[in-house]
Amino acid sequence: MYNIKVDIAIIGGGPAGLGAACKAKKLGIKKVLILERDRELGGILPQCIHNGFGLLYFKEDLTGPEYATRFIEEADKLRVEAKLNTMLLEITKDKRIFGLSSKEGLAQITAKAVILSMGCRERTRGALNIPGTRPAGIYTAGTAQRLVNMENLLPGKNIVVLGSGDVGLIMARRLTWVGAKVKAVVEILPYPSGLTRNIVQCLEDYNIPLILSHTVVDIHGQDRLKGVTIAKVDENRNPIKGSEKFIPCDTLLLSVGLIPENELSKSVGIELDKATGGAFVDQYMQTSIPGIFACGNVVQVYDLVDYVTESAEIAAKGANLFMKGKLKNHRTIAVERGENVQQVVPQRFSLGKQVEPIKFYIRVQHPQEKVKVALYWGTKEIFSKKELIVKPSEMVVFEVSDEAIRKISKAEKVTIAVSKHEKNT
Amino acid sequence: MGGSTTLRTPFLTRSKADVAIIGAGIIGATIARELSRYKLSTILIDKEADVGWGTTKANTGVIHAGYSEDPHTLRGKLTTPGNRISKQLCEELEVPLKRIGSIVVSLNRKELPVLNKLENYAKILGVTGTRILKKDELHSMVPHLTPKAVYGFYAPTAAIVSPYGLAIALVENAQANGLNVLLQTKVLGLEKKRQGITLNTTSGDVRTDFVINAAGLWADEISAMSGEKEFNIHPRKGEYILFDETIGEITGKIIFPAPTPISKGIAFAPFVEGNYAVGPTDEDIQDKEDLFTSFEGLKKVFNSAEKFFPEIPFKRYMIRNFCGLRAVADENDFIIRPSYNMKGLIHAAGIQSPGLTAAPAIASMVMDILKDQGMKLHPNPHFNPERRTIHRIKDVDYKTKEKLIEGDPRYGHIVCRCETVSEAEVIEAIRRGATTLDGIKFRVRCGMGRCQGGFCTPRVMEILSSELKTPLTKISKRGKGSRLVKGKVWDGSFNV
Ligand SMILES: Cc1cc2nc3c(=O)[nH]c(=O)nc-3n(C[C@H](O)[C@H](O)[C@H](O)COP(=O)(O)OP(=O)(O)OC[C@H]3O[C@@H](n4cnc5c(N)ncnc54)[C@H](O)[C@@H]3O)c2cc1C
Ligand SMILES: Cc1cc2nc3c(=O)[nH]c(=O)nc-3n(C[C@H](O)[C@H](O)[C@H](O)COP(=O)(O)OP(=O)(O)OC[C@H]3O[C@@H](n4cnc5c(N)ncnc54)[C@H](O)[C@@H]3O)c2cc1C
Repeated sequence: MYNIKVDIAIIGGGPAGLGAACKAKKLGIKKVLILERDRELGGILPQCIHNGFGLLYFKEDLTGPEYATRFIEEADKLRVEAKLNTMLLEITKDKRIFGLSSKEGLAQITAKAVILSMGCRERTRGALNIPGTRPAGIYTAGTAQRLVNMENLLPGKNIVVLGSGDVGLIMARRLTWVGAKVKAVVEILPYPSGLTRNIVQCLEDYNIPLILSHTVVDIHGQDRLKGVTIAKVDENRNPIKGSEKFIPCDTLLLSVGLIPENELSKSVGIELDKATGGAFVDQYMQTSIPGIFACGNVVQVYDLVDYVTESAEIAAKGANLFMKGKLKNHRTIAVERGENVQQVVPQRFSLGKQVEPIKFYIRVQHPQEKVKVALYWGTKEIFSKKELIVKPSEMVVFEVSDEAIRKISKAEKVTIAVSKHEKNT
Repeated sequence: MGGSTTLRTPFLTRSKADVAIIGAGIIGATIARELSRYKLSTILIDKEADVGWGTTKANTGVIHAGYSEDPHTLRGKLTTPGNRISKQLCEELEVPLKRIGSIVVSLNRKELPVLNKLENYAKILGVTGTRILKKDELHSMVPHLTPKAVYGFYAPTAAIVSPYGLAIALVENAQANGLNVLLQTKVLGLEKKRQGITLNTTSGDVRTDFVINAAGLWADEISAMSGEKEFNIHPRKGEYILFDETIGEITGKIIFPAPTPISKGIAFAPFVEGNYAVGPTDEDIQDKEDLFTSFEGLKKVFNSAEKFFPEIPFKRYMIRNFCGLRAVADENDFIIRPSYNMKGLIHAAGIQSPGLTAAPAIASMVMDILKDQGMKLHPNPHFNPERRTIHRIKDVDYKTKEKLIEGDPRYGHIVCRCETVSEAEVIEAIRRGATTLDGIKFRVRCGMGRCQGGFCTPRVMEILSSELKTPLTKISKRGKGSRLVKGKVWDGSFNV
């Protein structure tokens, strides 16, 4: 039995958990404990051996393991405690956490504040309901990444990737490097869902065809995958009869989206936002349960790990304020999604005596050019920012000054909307 | 303790068995376990790499009350008794059986006569506790049901069980009582000898006195090995969508639409493990290997789900689709009788739905036929009816969890996070006979949850590889031809 009391318990030792732990220590909090189910820290990063991490936060181009290592070393220096091989199963409202560890058996942790940083998981074939047979050779892109980069195993030789999410794009290139033939990346939408830099660096540079407005409609092969049938889709994403084409392949990789991993959050009754799949949070990353915070991909799927770290530092600050009793008696203002806004974080903010600038992360519903991203109180525009182009694959981030926030302190709710920028049309 | 032997027991094919059973589905498994009560040498043969991988692994998992079958058929006669026996059977084998009851729902006043007919069947067949529900009671029992539902027919004895879980448990118990199991072995022919029958298989010849044909979809082809095809079997496909347990309680009962002459319709069935299945469709097809799900089929399932439960956001919770093939004989009934052509060959064929329910009654009928055919039955003095299940860390309270980990620290190492399965459970599954990823999945549920194996696949592969002392590159999803990877990325000739 492992039974311990801490100031802040952090669940999940990926970049979010690590970032929150380091920040909490720097703010002077004494007992900070990371709980991680895996045998090492770093979350998903140890298997992301490509570069492209840290461009915003460190202003350097790092690989995933390098990015993780910086934080692990810092956490070590700051004497963050970490408990590995510990799977957490349940949180209670009074902030007791239960889990299992092979070393100590039952683990019970009591904390003053909790930060959730469990990351996300990949969407699967079932979630898409793709018909056909159920042979070996169908993997999510992240699983394939683990097989190749950590287990030295080659999932297949002739590959079709369904979905143009970043992990799929990265894997298309990675598998090409190790001698596999990537026959196509098939995307149901009329535009790719991964970062532009990945489309260029992972597909175009290797002549891998990107087939837009198509999807997999059938899977063939009894034991091992023998091929897939793809078809063009109409505006409603329904396959068009007669447009079917068979592609022989032994492996299908799915890169069709990530889903925040909120089973633990549900166990304690935290309210979840259907739009993000994560908890509703305020500008301190506090969830609907006071003293429980969330950061990183468990809140929403961020495109860049740098944003994950940013959210983690905010959560640590929030937890610090909470422990000092400074988040009490706040007024809450809801942030609603207006035109062409698919997700927004934070979904609400709370105002006390002290007002600070607030950063918003939004994701649009569909691509649009020459737009204005704005925050409104009723019809009154409080803040706006122009963008040349916005796409669902790239988050729009903006900060609203404390001054502007003060102006809306009487509001019940505000709205964020993306609309055509008049002057430029 | 049950399960102390494994499925990998080598069987000396040259040695002789008293009985050979072809097909390790629920039917073959139940018969094998019945036979293990006696001093006999029995061998159970299947072409797949594990037990229960035919129709038995893909069905609704309902132990039917019995009211929906015509009382004149074998289906009618064997289902209600099967339901009754299943309780004790599941207790002995520690297989969870939940008697949650079923309701046939009619959305239309005109369907009332259909419900009355079911009530009448129930009376004739001795199905207890059934009654017609009026609208108010129906809606209070099934809160989310569409307001259009007007009547229900309630059968409290209907239950749910894991069909492959039951087949695995039966075989484990039979093995502990002396059964031999020969997997990845296809029966190619039968030869009548002066004494008994010789089976030609892909693993060599097996000599035996009696052969039980429990080959599911292929039972007609086995019958043809007697010299002449005695009946015809065609597949009737049923497609399903599986929904994650986090969808919340849609219904605590099994819900059926009003039945048609050929099918009980698209049902809503909670699975014992907490997920929900909606299905099956019914479509007569030709190809016995056609396990394709189709857009049309899945759409039908989906529409039906939305029709009965319009408020439930089904789409967000889909985790998988699958299909199963019912083995339908031309006479549209079970065929349980000795072969007309070959002495010693006994058919348990055409076991369409509700074969899972009827299995124990089918097995006793087969035992009677064997006795009739002159088989000597001396009780096995060492027969132990009990089998222990694999302890699931997920299902026990924190105190017991702690105890389990104390006894074996590998219980504290969770390899499948959606279903909370520990390394100890995976190792035990291997010890009991799993040799493949699917074998692990069907025993301890690794990979059955939300992420569908995304997380645990590499970890389970590693455990299989080290326990079976097989290279990782040879680990398969379900036996021959289904290897999971195509080799190594780096052959290890030098290090970088
Ligand atoms: C394939 C791939 C490629 C990427 N490429 C880039 C890129 O090029 N550039 C970039 O900037 N970003 C990239 N990203 C994004 C970046 O890696 C993620 O944003 C980041 O890892 C998310 O951090 P996190 O801490 O929220 O989650 P994770 O890294 O997933 O960490 C979550 C941790 O929580 C643990 N955990 C979860 N549940 C429990 C529990 N119940 N008990 C105990 N522990 C638990 C997990 O084991 C895990 O260690 C990529 C991501 C992927 C998957
Ligand atoms: C969609 C659907 C829903 C159903 N729902 C229910 C339900 O809710 N309740 C219920 O009671 N019943 C239900 N059933 C019926 C039930 O699933 C079947 O009756 C039962 O599983 C049949 O078991 P079996 O052992 O006869 O066949 P199988 O499980 O198919 O076993 C036959 C075995 O024989 C093996 N075999 C075949 N040929 C050879 C050979 N030549 N050599 C070696 N091995 C061979 C196969 O590999 C297979 O494993 C349903 C069926 C379907 C398809």
